[in-house]
This record gives sequence, C-alpha cells and structure tokens, in this order.
Amino acid sequence: MNFTLLSPSGFWDPVLWLIFLILFGIIGYIIYSRGNPGYKPKTEQVKPYLSGNAEPSKEKIMVRAGDIYWGFIEAMKEYYEVLKRMHTGDLRDYILWYLGIGAVILFILVGGV
Amino acid sequence: MMEHLPALMIAVPLFGAFTTPLLKKRYSLASMWAIIITAATLGLSLLLVQEVLSKGIIVYVFGAKNPSLVLPSGYRVPVRIIFEIDAIGAFMALSATLMSFIGALYSYSHVRMESGLEKYYALLLLLEVGILGMVLTGDLFNLFVFLEIAGIAGSALVGFRNYRGEASEAGIKYLIVSAVASLMVLFSIGLLYGQYGNLNIAYLSTQIHFDTVDMIALGLLFVSFAMKCGSVPMHYWVPDAYTEVPAGINPTLLVATYASLYALFRVSFSLFGAITWNMARVGWIMSILGVLTMFIGVTMALVQKDVKRLMSYHAISQTGYMLLGVGVGLTVLNDPAKLSAFGRTAMAGGIFHIINHIIYKSLLLMTAGALFYVTGTRNLNEMGGLARRMPYTTIAFIVGAAAISGIPPFNGFASKFLIYETSYQLNPLLAVIAMVTSVLTLASFVKVFASAFLGPPLEKYNEVREVPKPMVAAMIILAVLCILFGLFPNVVLKNLIYPAVDALLKLAQYQSWGGLA
Repeated sequence: MNFTLLSPSGFWDPVLWLIFLILFGIIGYIIYSRGNPGYKPKTEQVKPYLSGNAEPSKEKIMVRAGDIYWGFIEAMKEYYEVLKRMHTGDLRDYILWYLGIGAVILFILVGGV
Repeated sequence: MMEHLPALMIAVPLFGAFTTPLLKKRYSLASMWAIIITAATLGLSLLLVQEVLSKGIIVYVFGAKNPSLVLPSGYRVPVRIIFEIDAIGAFMALSATLMSFIGALYSYSHVRMESGLEKYYALLLLLEVGILGMVLTGDLFNLFVFLEIAGIAGSALVGFRNYRGEASEAGIKYLIVSAVASLMVLFSIGLLYGQYGNLNIAYLSTQIHFDTVDMIALGLLFVSFAMKCGSVPMHYWVPDAYTEVPAGINPTLLVATYASLYALFRVSFSLFGAITWNMARVGWIMSILGVLTMFIGVTMALVQKDVKRLMSYHAISQTGYMLLGVGVGLTVLNDPAKLSAFGRTAMAGGIFHIINHIIYKSLLLMTAGALFYVTGTRNLNEMGGLARRMPYTTIAFIVGAAAISGIPPFNGFASKFLIYETSYQLNPLLAVIAMVTSVLTLASFVKVFASAFLGPPLEKYNEVREVPKPMVAAMIILAVLCILFGLFPNVVLKNLIYPAVDALLKLAQYQSWGGLA
C-alpha cells in the first residue's frame, strides 16, 4: 500500500514523519534522562522563592482564560469593535445580513458585475 | 435487501424515531434503542457505500413496480420521487450515520439526568432522517422536505434544555433562520418548476439554460444553503445553536450543517453545472466567502470565554476551508488544464476536510460537553487543573486540538495541506489567509488547554472524576479516527474522497441514468 500523499507540487508521507517523530522522541528522552542528578522532587528545593514572601494560593495566581492573549486583543481592539458591532445577537439582524448578501449575489449573477 | 437499500436508509431511522416514544417510562431502554437503530443505519450506510463504489450510481424510484423503473411506459420525463445516490451522496450518508451513532452512544450518559429523553432520541433519529434524505434524494422538492425535517428536529434539539432561557432563545433563532432559508429554497424550486415543469435534479440539469429566472433561482439557492452551512456573514445562528444543543447532538447537528454545504455543491456542480461562464464567478464567490468565513470565525473564537461557544466559532472557521477548497475547484471547472493541475485536488481537499472536520470538531465539542458534565460550567475562567482528574478527556482534547490546528500526523493536516497548496495556485493570498487561520486556531486551543486542563488543581473540583464510560468510548472512537485518517490519508482519499469529487465533476454521469441520456 502506498502511504505517500501526492499534491500538485509536493508530497506528504505520514509514516516517514512518524518514524522521525519516534526517533527524535528517543533522542529527547535520552537528553531528559541525563538531566541534573541533584534535582529532588517533593523537597524544599522545588518550592518557589518569592524574596521571603508567603506563596499566594494557587487559585489566586492562576492565569485565567480571559487574560491569555490580552496583548493581541488589545492590539486588535478596533477590528474587534467592528466584529462586536456585527454580532448583535438580534435575530432581525441575522435575517438582514442574509437579505443583503442575497442581494449582492443576485446582482453579481444576474449580470450587474 | 440490497435492492431496497436506499429506502431502508430512511425507513430504519424513521421507524426508530416513531417507536422511541413508546419507551417513555424506561430511559435506558430508549437510549439503548437509539444506539441500536443508529448502529443498524451505520451498517446500512457502509453497505450503501460499498454498492455505490463497486456498481456506480444507484437510482431508486419510490412507488414504482420496480425500484429501478425510472420511466414507466408512455412517460418521457421522470415523475415519481427518485433517490439518486452517487459517491458524494454515499460519503455524506456515511458521515451522518457514523456521527448519529457516536452521538447516541455519548448521550447515553451525558443526558441521563434530563427529562423527556424519549423525545430527545426521537428527534435525534428524525434529524438523521432529514440529513439522509437531503443527501440521498435526486428530487428538488424532496430535498426541501428533508431540509425542513432536519431544520425542525434540529431546532427542537437546540432548545431541548428549555429550562435554560438561552437554549429556548437559540432554538427559536435556529427555527426562524431555517424557516427563512427553506422558504427561499422552496421559492427557487417553484421558479424552476415553473420554467421546466419538473423537479428531478438530473433532468433539470439537462434542461436548464442561462436566463434571468434561472440565475435568480441559482442565487437564492446559493445564499440560502450558504446561510444554512454557516458561511460568514450569515453565520450568527451557529454559535447560538452549537453552544446550547446538548453535546451528544453536536455531531449530528454538525453533519446537518454540512448537508446544506452538500446541497450547495449539488446545486453548483450538478443542477447548474452545465452553465459555463458563470460558474467561475460562483467559484470566486465561494472562495472569498471561504476565506472571510475562516478568518472571522477564528478571530471571534480567540476572544471567547465559553468553551462551547469558542468551539462553535471554530466550526464556522473550518467551514471556510471547505468552501475555499471546493470554490477553487469550481473556479477552474471549465478550464480543463487548471482543473487537472490543481482544481480536482483542491476539491478533494475541501471534501476531505468535511469528514475530517466532522470527526475532530465532534470530538472537541464532546470534550467541551464532558467539561460541562463534571464542572457544571462552560466558563473557561472558572476551570483549571482538570487534566489530572480527567485523563481520557484530556488525551481526546489534545488529539482533537492538534487535528483542528493542522498539526501532523492528525487528519486535519492532510486536508489542509491539499487546500493550502491548491489555493496558492489560484491566488497566493488565499493560501496565506488559510495558513494564518491555522496558526490562530492553534493559539485558541492552547488557550483552552492551558485554562481548563493545565494549572494547579482547584479545590472546588477535588471531587471531580473522569466522565462515564459511554462518553469516554465515544470520544476515544473519534480520537482513533483522527489518528487513522491522518496516518493513512491516501486510503481515505482513494476509496472515499476522489470518487466523491469525481461524482461532482462528471455531470454527464449524473444525468445519464435510467435511459434518459
């Protein structure tokens, strides 16, 4: 059976990719297993050092979904303002968009463009 | 039995839908019955695929002495309800039956605590009937009838949790959007019937010509099916419906959406396939709608905090890839050199993406359903550290997220790879937008993974355990399919996708049945 997927200008062989993935996985594991032997889990060593301050509770310092990509969203603020205005949640607007797009498509098909 | 396979594909789930309410008092029996019926229909669809691939197009005439008797003596045109099943129809039927079975299996535990489950399963089976009818029929009015069945069953299921105001609102929105689209489909069918006095798609495609009334019918059919498949900027109903529908229904509702996409392809390639110069315009419209759909869908997903709403926007975004792939093919449909150079492969990418997306998006929506099942919330801000408590769901999520982001060797990569390459050949900008969308998709799923599954375990979820076995089984089946379709894309493409693409491209074959040629 031929596993190579041919495309108009290239190919993709998932089995070959898998073989390389396993190979690099093994190399990665070897590097990992030769890590620092001084590391001792479940000891004082692994506790965070916060300049003598007490460690806050896990729930308090957790990064919430709303905080992730804050910078991206802030940079794209104007784009999102437009999207927000489009997404009104009002059913009448849903139908208006449908009618508008329908009119444009009809205009193109019937020979307006 | 094989002779009546097309009729059985409708009769079996329809029988299941009408008998399920008899099991009102026994919840587990009703759900077991739905699992049996959907499994039987899946078996039938596998037989149907085998038949179509080995023997070619199947034509089934309802009410005739012999189901293959298209033209009784004295008739010059087909008048009865006819099913015409080619490879793309069989492919869609297989997708619908597989997802209905997975959905029924998942629902066994997922909705156990809800009331009115006999209605839930009856509607699930009716939704399956609606989809199957849409993809198997060769008759335009019949297509409208099944579109209505799917729309009504779907909207009732969206509003199933009617104790939630949002669910009722989403159900009504879905109902009205479906009704408006169906009404316009009916109006277009009326126009074509007035023009040619017939409703058979193959017959109409031989008669159709280029005049204003036909073009109005094409435009109305195009825009109505585009809205029903969630194309931007007519996608607003999708996040409402997908978010509120129980996760066990999400796979079947997803296929219902793509049944409309199938209808869009059928209208463009078969019904109006004989019109030459305008199809390049339709192809460009489809491709532009595709890139708009994928980009707006993914950027909206990125800012969502409700896990199911986020995934619903991704469903919109992924529909864009399908529109782009098939749109590229449609643009070069009348240019044989370009069609063979990249058009056919582009269509294969688009159609391959349909089944891939159905598999991984169903998987992801089910993982979102599993999160809701154990935490009682869909708000990502309130989740965290669940990977330790839900290992199977976590693995299923990782597979689904990798697949939707187009990471090799999962199934999403194979179809996206074909779409990138071929759309680049039509216009490089199309491919660039498609690739940027994939990067944003990955970013969005990293956010879900980090906020729901990673991080320190939260005290309020100390008692949380993995979801029940039927839900895990449904998710694992889909995760395995994601891996298999990704590792052996050639097998799927050769046996399922290219025959489906050729069925769309070879119009003469679709028209030449029953002695009509």
